[in-house]
Parts: sequence; C-alpha cells; structure tokens
Amino acid sequence: MSIQVIVEKCTGCTLCFKACPFGAIRMTDKKAVIDLNKCTLCGACKDACKFKAILLEKTPAKCDIPNIKDYKGIWVFLEQKNGRVQPVSYELLGKAQELSGKLGCDVSGVLIGNKLEDQLDELIFCGADNIYLVESPELANFQDEPYTNIIVELIKKYKPEIFLCGATNIGRSLISRVAINIKAGLTADCTGLDIDSEKKILLQTRPAFGGNIMATIISPNYRPQMATVRHKVFQPLTPDKKRKGKIIKESFDSSLYFSRTKLLDIVEEVESLINLSEADIIVSGGRGMGSHENFKILEELAQVLGAAVGSSRAAVDSGWMPYSHQVGQTGRTVAPKIYFACGISGQIQHLVGMQSSKIIIAINKDPDAPIFKVATYGIVGDLFEIVPALTRKFKEALRK
Amino acid sequence: MNIIVCIKQVPETTEVRINPETNTLIREGVKSIINPFDMYAIEESVRLKERFGGKITIVTMGPPQADAALREAISMGADEGVLVCDRAFAGSDTWATSYTLAGAIKKIGTFDLVICGKQASDGDTAQVGPGIATHLNIPQVTYVKKVEEATDKSMRVERMLEEGFEIIETPLPALLTVVKEINEPRIPSLKGLLRAKSSKITMWGQKELGLDPQKIGLCGSPTQVVKIFTPPQRVGGQILKGEIPEIAAQIVELVRSEVN
Repeated sequence: MSIQVIVEKCTGCTLCFKACPFGAIRMTDKKAVIDLNKCTLCGACKDACKFKAILLEKTPAKCDIPNIKDYKGIWVFLEQKNGRVQPVSYELLGKAQELSGKLGCDVSGVLIGNKLEDQLDELIFCGADNIYLVESPELANFQDEPYTNIIVELIKKYKPEIFLCGATNIGRSLISRVAINIKAGLTADCTGLDIDSEKKILLQTRPAFGGNIMATIISPNYRPQMATVRHKVFQPLTPDKKRKGKIIKESFDSSLYFSRTKLLDIVEEVESLINLSEADIIVSGGRGMGSHENFKILEELAQVLGAAVGSSRAAVDSGWMPYSHQVGQTGRTVAPKIYFACGISGQIQHLVGMQSSKIIIAINKDPDAPIFKVATYGIVGDLFEIVPALTRKFKEALRK
Repeated sequence: MNIIVCIKQVPETTEVRINPETNTLIREGVKSIINPFDMYAIEESVRLKERFGGKITIVTMGPPQADAALREAISMGADEGVLVCDRAFAGSDTWATSYTLAGAIKKIGTFDLVICGKQASDGDTAQVGPGIATHLNIPQVTYVKKVEEATDKSMRVERMLEEGFEIIETPLPALLTVVKEINEPRIPSLKGLLRAKSSKITMWGQKELGLDPQKIGLCGSPTQVVKIFTPPQRVGGQILKGEIPEIAAQIVELVRSEVN
C-alpha cells in the first residue's frame, strides 16, 4: 500500500494539487509532493493526473468469504416504529426492484417486530418478493442488540449480496453493528445507488464534507454490500395489487432476543408529529422570526400544507425552537420537495443541511442574504406579511 | 468513573469552498478543529467526572498534528490524551477505524463509559461509535440528548429519534454517542490551557497495539473509494416581484404543480 509521484513524469501542472480533497499535495520546485500524513490514498490525484505520474498501489483487501458467488439477492431492512413500516423502507423497496433488474435477482425485506401481518400485502405490492418475518412480543420495539443478532443470523443463513437500510437514527445504529459483526463494507447515507454493469457490484454514491464533495464507494470483496440510504431520495413503487410474494417466518432461540439496554419509554414530541426527514414540504424559520411566539405563523402555514416546521441553528440557540427541529450541519439533513426558508440568512452551516431540496423558496427582507444564492424562488420582503398571505392563499386554493 | 472519549480532528467544513473555475475544493488555509459533535462528548465526560470523580482519557486516530485536538480536549478538563498514529492505519474505513480505536481502548484497560460524538462533520457516517461498541462487545445508546440518571453501575439516558425520544437504561460499561442538545461545551480555563500545554501525549502505533494486520488500514477496510467528484453547485433562481397577493398566488401555483 503506497503512493508516490514519479518525478520524471510530473510536469508540475497542478491538476493533482487541485483534485486532492484532503489538501495533501503541495507543489515544490514545480513538482507535486504528497504529504503522507494527510493522504488517505483515495486516488483522486491519480485520476486527475494526465501524465500517469502518480503511482498508487493498493494492497487488495483480503476476502474472507470463500464463495462470493453464493451471495444472491437484494435485502431491505423494513424499519417499523409503533408497528408501522416507515416510508423510507418503501422507497428502498422501489429502488431495490430497479437494481434487481440489473442483477436478475429477488428483492427481500426483513421485518422484525410484533403483530405486523396487516402490512405484509402492502409491502409485497410495493416490491418485496420475499419477506423474512421475525415476530415476538419482546421484539415489538427496536433495540440494538436483539435486532443485530437476528439480522446477523439471517444474513449468515440466506447470504444476500446487497443489504439496504434507511439512514434513520435506528438504521444507522443497527446496521453499523451488523456490518462489524459479519465484516462487511458499509457505506453511510447514500444518495445514489447503481450496479456496475460489468462487475455486477453495487456503486454507492454519498455526499461528504457537508455535501461539498461526492464520493462513489464499492465493497467488491465482501458480502453483503451494505448501505444506508437517505430519506426521500428514491421513489416508492405504485402499489401493484397483482404482485405476489412469499412470507418466510423465522424464529430464533430466545437468548438472541436479550438486550442489555432496557427501553423504558418512548416519548413522542407533539411538535415533531410530522417527521422532518420524511416531510415533502418543510417550513423553516431563522433569526428573522424574532421570537418563539412568531413561529406560530409558520406552524399555521405548515398545517395548511401538511408540512413539517424546521428551524435554523440561530432560532434553536435563541431557545425559540427545540433542537429536534434544527436543520443544518449540527442538526438534521433534509431534502424535501419544497423548502420554505423564512428569515434565514443562509449561512453555509444551514445550507449543507437543506441544499438538496428540490425547490427552495426564500423569504428575507435583506436582498443580499446568501440564501437567495441557492433559492429557486426568492421573495424580498417582510415575512410577517408574506407568510400569512401565503397561508390565506393556500387555504383559498384548498377550498376550491 | 473512568471515561474514554473518542474524538476526530476534521477540517472546518464551513471553510471548505469550491473554486468555481476548476470546480475543485479550495483547502488552503482551512483550519483543523475538533469535530463539533465531539465537543459535546468531551463536555459530557467532564460533567460526569465532576459528579463522580475518575479519569477522562481522550483517544484520537490521525496524523501527528491531531496532537492539537487532544490538547484542546485536555484544556477543557480531560486528564490524558492518546494519539493512535501510524502509516499502517492510513486508508482505514469505518470498519478498520473502529477496530483500531477499540484496540487502543482495550490497551487503556478498564473503563466505565466510552463517549463519541454522533458523527464526524467530514465523513458524516455515524458508524464508528457503534462500530467501537461492537468490537468491544458492550451495549450502545446512540443519539443521546440527555443523561437523566447515572450511577457507577448504570445510566438512564434519553435517545433522540426522528419524532421524539426514547428513555433507555444501560448497564456500564457502555458506549454513548451524543448530539448537540446534551450540553453546551465550556470554554477552557487558563489553568486548563496551561495544563494542556505541558501534558504528555501518549503515541501508539501498530507496534504498541499489536493488531491483526489483516484488519487495519486499507487492507482491513471492506469499502473502497473509487471516485470523488464535486456535485453541481446550486445556483440562485428568480426573485419574485410584485404585490404580496400576486406573489402568494404564484407560490401557490408553484407548490401545487410540484406536489401533485
């Protein structure tokens, strides 16, 4: 495992210097020099070099799996909360169906909980060819250890080649444990998935550095290839009531269901009844809101639209909104169809959390606010006049 | 209570800018900071130490300059710093990183609690915390927003979910990953700064840790980065002009056509 610049071939063109995402290359005497303390061997410089002057030798990771070809099929973790399968799981079934066409394999869901029979048909209509169902009263709510144990056992038994999971708080905790246990490659928070048509492996694309760069990641020598996937990136299939699927019930020794941590209570926060990550529309407010009470006008607009209410860090730090509503670098990353930014100036920390939204509508009294540089539509004016006017218009439109 | 806090030194993401002409990252003059989420992990460890006594050891894996991150943590009230640093660890993904950090924690010895930030601001994976817990075979609670009660045997904490939170009790030793809401990190005292300056940082490489060579660095990492590129930058659109009722009507139409 090594990287070096072949000095004779280096022309000093600086392409590698510019391509390095880690600032590990400097130019000395018109030659590229790699700082090995900063280099992560990502290979961006090698790809950028037009003169083949960078030599990168990667010792291939040793494969512990003797028969990689035995691993077949795409699995989706079907996350349920309060006995309801979450929308992100349906989105993943839709994407898995598309990918399975390129691999010629089945799509299977893994559903763990208690009394979930009522949703099996819907899951099959939406793309599950098989559902591995593990039910028991002690599995009703998610807990890291039993859920990990069950998934590890199922993977060992059935050998899926790809395993997808929503990048939710639960999903990211659970799947990390599974991946360590079975030594699989896991890519977090993907926004793009595809199959390499030649090698038939999963191409996983995800943002890094707060969305400033994108990386495509593979796990060619390990199975299953595991990824968590962001909400709202993929579309669920339109339910097809003619679709057929198989239910495979599994149960395990009760010792596998044991959890060292004890779930004592689940507290639903009234303000967060509409899940920010799952919302199609988000109405967010920032410093320009001025007070906790003023968020009421955003809540009214949100109610008419069936939207969730978000907030910038400034409004959370001022105590106007709880942290669970914060969008941005130290809060949540969201990508709704429509994002209303009301009285939000548009600091980069906020932008990295919402710039993947399809349409951004910004309302701000400062025409020079940075938010207008990313907004699809901007309105320069007083949000206390504009927001209530919007609420009225939407109410009128809904009545028609 | 003996606490180990795992931190990461990251570039200050907010300063990472794209050169619009070359479409590449501008990294000159970008500061290195402690990952913002790890600041809450450090602060929580100091608060627990203030209540229960004990020792706080900060662990980081990174290049020699990550020494600065350890000293900053010590200035906030931690006792010792361990820098896990070796070319053999370069190219580690989350699997190999959590294996290596778990190896360092085992070498530190007995502990009651490991605390990590919920994720790092450069990689954003949130995988290393649970990975360490799994390698150590200890229970984990992720996204902790409040420690409700603690004894030297167990803890009751609030774990943030998308639409509320869970109250979870865990025996110790355990690993927590924490979110911003849990506390407000303190400013280091002058005494802390002086102590940080004179503290000795322990350096461990592969020789000291003696880890399985097949499980570290690039070789021990199941994932490989095959391509890095910059996404298309969002450009500002249209400023809507006119009387408020007209603008509102336009917005209604836009939203309708998008949602239906």
